[in-house]
Amino acid sequence: MDPLEIARWQFGITTVYHFVMVPLTLGLGPLVAIMQTMWVRTANEKYLRMTKFWGKLYLINFIIGVATGLVQEFQFGMAWSEYSRFVGDVFGAPLAMEGLLAFFFESTFLGLWIFGWGRLPKKVHLAALWIAVAGSIASAFFIIVANSWMQHPVGVELIDGRPVMTDIWAVLTNNTALTAYSHTIMGALAVGAGFLVGISWYQLWQRRRDGIDTVDARGRVVVGERLDIPGRDRVDHSVWIRSLRIGAVVAIIGFGGVALTGDLQAKLMFEQQPLKMAAAEAACQDGTSFSVLSIGNLGAQNCNEVAGIIEIPGILSFLAHGDFTTEIKGVNTLIPEYQALYGTNLPDNPLYGERAGQEINYLPIMEVTYWGFRLMIGFGMLAAGFAVLTLWLTRKGTVPRSKLMMWTALTSIMAPFAANIAGWVFTEMGRQPFVVAPNPTPGGVDGVFMFTAAAVSPGVTGEEIVFSLAAFAVVYAVILVFELKLLVKYVRGGVASAMPELAHPGHDDDPDKPDDPDKRDVLAFAY
Amino acid sequence: MEFLPTLWFVAIAALWIGYLLLEGFDLGVGMHMLVSARTEKQRRLMLNSIGPVWDGNEVWLITAGAATFAAFPLWYASLFSTLYIPLTLTLLALIFRAVAIEYRGKGDSDRWRAWWDRALGIGSFVTAFGVGAMLTLTTTGLPIDANGDRVGGPFAWLNGYAILGGLAVIGFCLVHGAVFLSLKTLGPVRDRSRAFVVRWAPVALLPIVGWVLAVQLASGTVITWGLVVLAVAAVVYGWVAARAGREGRAFAGIAAFLVLGAASIFAAAFPVVIPSTIDSAFDLTVTNASSGEYTLGVMSVVTAIGLPLVLLYQGYTYWVFRRRLAETHLPDAHTVLPAVASR
Repeated sequence: MDPLEIARWQFGITTVYHFVMVPLTLGLGPLVAIMQTMWVRTANEKYLRMTKFWGKLYLINFIIGVATGLVQEFQFGMAWSEYSRFVGDVFGAPLAMEGLLAFFFESTFLGLWIFGWGRLPKKVHLAALWIAVAGSIASAFFIIVANSWMQHPVGVELIDGRPVMTDIWAVLTNNTALTAYSHTIMGALAVGAGFLVGISWYQLWQRRRDGIDTVDARGRVVVGERLDIPGRDRVDHSVWIRSLRIGAVVAIIGFGGVALTGDLQAKLMFEQQPLKMAAAEAACQDGTSFSVLSIGNLGAQNCNEVAGIIEIPGILSFLAHGDFTTEIKGVNTLIPEYQALYGTNLPDNPLYGERAGQEINYLPIMEVTYWGFRLMIGFGMLAAGFAVLTLWLTRKGTVPRSKLMMWTALTSIMAPFAANIAGWVFTEMGRQPFVVAPNPTPGGVDGVFMFTAAAVSPGVTGEEIVFSLAAFAVVYAVILVFELKLLVKYVRGGVASAMPELAHPGHDDDPDKPDDPDKRDVLAFAY
Repeated sequence: MEFLPTLWFVAIAALWIGYLLLEGFDLGVGMHMLVSARTEKQRRLMLNSIGPVWDGNEVWLITAGAATFAAFPLWYASLFSTLYIPLTLTLLALIFRAVAIEYRGKGDSDRWRAWWDRALGIGSFVTAFGVGAMLTLTTTGLPIDANGDRVGGPFAWLNGYAILGGLAVIGFCLVHGAVFLSLKTLGPVRDRSRAFVVRWAPVALLPIVGWVLAVQLASGTVITWGLVVLAVAAVVYGWVAARAGREGRAFAGIAAFLVLGAASIFAAAFPVVIPSTIDSAFDLTVTNASSGEYTLGVMSVVTAIGLPLVLLYQGYTYWVFRRRLAETHLPDAHTVLPAVASR
């Protein structure tokens, strides 16, 4: 069995999975922290409920990201030992910094936050959440720095065939990293915001369906309450409409940010990995047109069977250079350039196994890059469009009674996730056949690149990786089922699922001031 | 011996010791939920004794792994790829454990809780075994060739030392977890945990003594033997204190035993980080496996800033949650009902 192909599938599957949970953590975290800040500042019950409810969903999701993150760190050494040996001098540092300067903060302070209700002074408790959230956002930075070094190696010198770090500052301020990081954070905000919109829509719809909220003759909401249903009082309505609006506005901001940073990133990528961008466009010939639709055999690796159907002249040049006339090199021009720079055949080195000496195919799988790029943009626009629509449709204080629209809103949660996945699949697959892409920009380090074919662990058998891949796939599927099951259960429970006191009358509204002496010793929260 | 690689060997050892010291008791608590707890309330009490801190403890593992990658990439690459199967199992165990801690209390049925208890308990056993086997083998030797790759099949690493080391960490976690529970809880869990320590520590700690002796006999020095003597004194002190009902002192004794014992192992193994059982010419050492001076320098600065902060705020967390927990402190389990009108 071929270890390389299986190891690549394993890395792809585990990473995409991990990055389903992570953007929700990154995006929802700051929103929950803002909600709690509003609670501390205004003492408005609505914000406490928002903090508790969204915070609970945040934690249900957070843990899966933590659990699957360990696999990410370990599998470099396990399945990609040659890669680890080659890049270790520079690649390990951001990972270690992530642990020491970010993840420790995140995990420790999140523990303080979860168990700190009623135990810590209000402001300290709020600070714990902000520090945990800042930790997660800093954590993303170091991981993106590591990834960006694979896209665009900087800050190193080649000594005895291995890159040796000479400038950590260059590694940390890699322009690839700064753009990719801002792009990722904006994308994550869009994920968190879409989550708020979809679920709040469901709650408002459920309140209408249960006859709690109605609309008057002019279509404006008339808020009601049903004390026999846990948590469905008047405040409950304001929880959801406020969450929905925050979500919609942040989704639009996130999309704007994604578009701006994506544009910067694309401009860099045209310089740094021109073949990736040509493959993203299925642009075989040099030209200036952006392809809206290309058909033909994108999988054909000789690039003569692709036909552009709809093209917009000048746009590709605009994406790459900000004007409408500069010719962008197509695949047929770039491949000979790559061959001249990096060779036509893999070296005759035992590290390449049976691939030693094979001809190198520099063209990424064009079906993946072409459609990955378009799905990313398409899903992103879909999510943003829905956010705008949401603001309009809910301007009178609640959502329409339509069940179809409620399901559309819930389904729309998936759009920014899909955009995130498509973007990452595009950029990682577009880097092939390199695991560390060469740096062709002026001042770039000559010769620091690595073919994926040389990166896999030489001592590990294909059977072992098949075993681990199967095991991870099964376990990941099982825990995904549990996560979704719990998310659905807690969403259906409304705020009362995160605030048991709402389900029972005569509750104490302020968990930070337990007044009842009998209750003083009882934890506000326990597993 | 070069200064920075030596310093980083010490740092990596410190991270692993920190991991064993901290996660050691929460792994042990996970085991005791499966083997020692008798009632649902006892299990919940045990789980909540580690609730606020377990995730922070686990970051020591992540940081130890990443720091090994950064400072000794060849050590990281050879160790992790050689132990592919056991580390895969360890990762799966860690996944189940983490999810179990968070999800156990969020279901409503006894069956749901029982399954997550198994995931947590077995996950804790497997994690302890995997980490123990890995740390033991990196001190006693692995079949690696000149490039640092495994010679032989997926189980070429498996030998008596692997099993000894796995049992060593399991035994330690069982004792450490019980000492922790006796220190952090009130009621039957406290009493039973203390009784467990008094009765089982002398047996459960035998494998770790075996690992220490194996390394010392192979490459011990006067200094490392000195550490062993101190470790033995610490564990005897801890055991006597546990018998006398002094739980704080017992915890200090067992903790000191771990720190001194593990330090004696790392110190005796130094400067070799993985002895090759094929040919000692293939040994990975702190010099031939390390990153460059610049990288180690950068990492030293980062660690000098980051680690004291970690100690400070993790210490603060333990201070905030210093109070002993009793079953009466636990709020009633909360049943989540749909906020939907019945029709």
